[in-house]
Amino acid sequence: MLQLDQVMVRQGEFVLKIDLDVAAGGRLAIMGASGSGKSTLLNLIAGFVMPDAGRVLINGVDVRETPIAERPVSVLFQDGNLFPHLSIYQNVALGIRPDLRLAPDQRVQVEESLEKVGLGGMGQRKPADLSGGQQSRAAIARILLRDKPLLLLDEPFAALDPGLRQEMLVLLNALCVEKGLTLLMVSHDMRDARQLCDQLCLLSDGIVALSGDMATLLHDPPAILAPWL
Amino acid sequence: MAIRAQPLTLLQWTGAVMAALVFLAITAPLAAVAWRAEETSVLGAADWSAIRFTVSQAAISAFLSVVLAIPVARALARQRFAGRGLVVALMGAPFLLPVIVAILGLLAVFGRNGWVNAGLGLLGLPPLEIYGMHGVVLAHVFFNLPLAVRLLLQGWMSIPSERFRLAVALGFSNANMRQHFEWPLLRMMVPGVFLVIFLICSTSFAVALTLGGGPRATTVELAIYQAFRFDFDLGRAALLGLVQVAICAFAAVAVLGVAVPQVLGAGLDRAPVMWPEAHRHRFIDGAAVLSAALFLMMPMIALGLRGVPALPTLPAVAWEAAGRSVVLSFATAVVAVAMALPLAALIARGRARSILELVGSLSIAVSPLVVGTGLFLLLFPVVNPTLLAIPVTGLVNALAALPFLLRALVPAITEAELTQGRLATALGMRGWPRFRIAILPRLRRPLGFGAGLAAALSMGDLGVIALFSAPSQGTLPLEMYRLMGAYRTDDAQGAALLLLLLSLGIFWLFDRGGRLHAAT
Repeated sequence: MLQLDQVMVRQGEFVLKIDLDVAAGGRLAIMGASGSGKSTLLNLIAGFVMPDAGRVLINGVDVRETPIAERPVSVLFQDGNLFPHLSIYQNVALGIRPDLRLAPDQRVQVEESLEKVGLGGMGQRKPADLSGGQQSRAAIARILLRDKPLLLLDEPFAALDPGLRQEMLVLLNALCVEKGLTLLMVSHDMRDARQLCDQLCLLSDGIVALSGDMATLLHDPPAILAPWL
Repeated sequence: MAIRAQPLTLLQWTGAVMAALVFLAITAPLAAVAWRAEETSVLGAADWSAIRFTVSQAAISAFLSVVLAIPVARALARQRFAGRGLVVALMGAPFLLPVIVAILGLLAVFGRNGWVNAGLGLLGLPPLEIYGMHGVVLAHVFFNLPLAVRLLLQGWMSIPSERFRLAVALGFSNANMRQHFEWPLLRMMVPGVFLVIFLICSTSFAVALTLGGGPRATTVELAIYQAFRFDFDLGRAALLGLVQVAICAFAAVAVLGVAVPQVLGAGLDRAPVMWPEAHRHRFIDGAAVLSAALFLMMPMIALGLRGVPALPTLPAVAWEAAGRSVVLSFATAVVAVAMALPLAALIARGRARSILELVGSLSIAVSPLVVGTGLFLLLFPVVNPTLLAIPVTGLVNALAALPFLLRALVPAITEAELTQGRLATALGMRGWPRFRIAILPRLRRPLGFGAGLAAALSMGDLGVIALFSAPSQGTLPLEMYRLMGAYRTDDAQGAALLLLLLSLGIFWLFDRGGRLHAAT
């Protein structure tokens, strides 16, 4: 479903070179130290960064020329997923219409989506009035509405405490199953990765150091994976 | 790597058009001035005397402002005392104070029948003369001493507090502090502060108009005005305009060569820096702050005391002029925002940033009176310029306020793009909805502040309007000037109080509007 074909991105001294193939419904965890190229990879797929060489294919279509918002992709950033000056309802409604001119049935959709993530009746609050976990839920409610087949997660749990992390993992897992999403998650934490993903890709200095089936790799972990366990 | 280039939005296109219009609105009058100046190519003795007076009064004013500001700024930096925040706020107040209002206040204190001369008379001493060089310098110090204090204080506050903590831990003496903190800071700051104030003083028309005059105290701008109003010698006015441009350009180029502190700084009311043995300087610091505060407050108190009784009997012309001033003030704010917002959006985009910022700050280096002169020359053959007095004044005032608006807006847009832009793009927001929903709410504070500033500056302006206006079409500052000239001091003081209240009120209105429900 997602293919990176001999992609190369140059950022000053740093070079990311990668080939990748994720099947539809696949769930890939991307791990690696800071500066290994994880975020660049995600930005590349989302469209914030353009490749210097190679092709990015989603569903067989080369998306290099596709504007960011028209790619079949949803992104959950580590933070800043909500506009602080807009209400929760408006933040979620942006997933349907970026100019916020919603038809009556679309308004119902927004409310339903809020209900689904457990934020029913909280639509009029501002993000600052919600807890960190509730803010993440609001962002997930918007992903539900956008309904794009490929979901990118950029260390979305880094700021959450363990209890909330667990809650979000369960929620995201349900979302992926329900919508049949393909998932790419950048993470520092193997516990998150193994719970949500079935494939693993370890980046090091801009190249793939290790990749394969999650269960197989964890069953007999190679030395390079040791620091992450 | 290629960061995805976003196409220009309609707003940014508008910004490009605005940049071109602003450039044209300043350079076309300059070109008209230069073209017309060719007719009269010889400067007379009176003109040379005006040039000498302009430069010397600006230099003396700037020197005194900076020298007197140093002990005040140092005191505010190293002492904590009740009311420190108020004193800092007081140092910011003259920025919004209409020049002619302050002059009337200064006259009430230092003028022929003022408080100081009354005191001198009791002691049997000769009275102080406020008209001429003395008065011009006094008024300029009144306006620019607080500015210098704020700029220098900003310098102190920009030094990380850890370094002062270290100085305390190492037991630095007074001499050590001077060597390691005060001298380096002053060496860095003083040239820029001096030049900024020199530039302001060389183009301050209203001060020269009211307190200067005569063969020995006429500035170039005043000479332009006189060539216009009394002789209607447009060629000579244009030539003098060219001279004024040269003086400003000279100062502006000099300013470019040194580190220029930002004029609008925030965060000065933080706790003062930790200073070794600050308590030992309490007396001298207290004296510095107290005398500065007295100097700044006395004229306003005097004006308040005399103005309040005169308010109810203000002549009808003053109220009519006040009405025109309010309209002018709102219009200026609207025009200034209409120019600044698209231009700021374009500047924040990052391409060709320095050239756009240069266009945006062009009006700092060009005297509004010269732009007004040029506009008069352009309009005169086509239409009677007095009919356009208010629109032209509004345009020139908006151009003068543009740099301040940009300075407030550009960082806010950049910040909003940085924190919200990626999310907005990921959600497919674009064009006007993107700006309106994702960016604009983050700009309410700087927009309110900037619009308020433009409105207040225009409300109090006595410059271009004096060139253009017909007797019954003036603004409140101009009407005040006429009342002063007719020796109707009571009416003038009442009008001054009204003007002061209107200026502060309209600033408050906009600034408050921006803060209310502002996104945090």
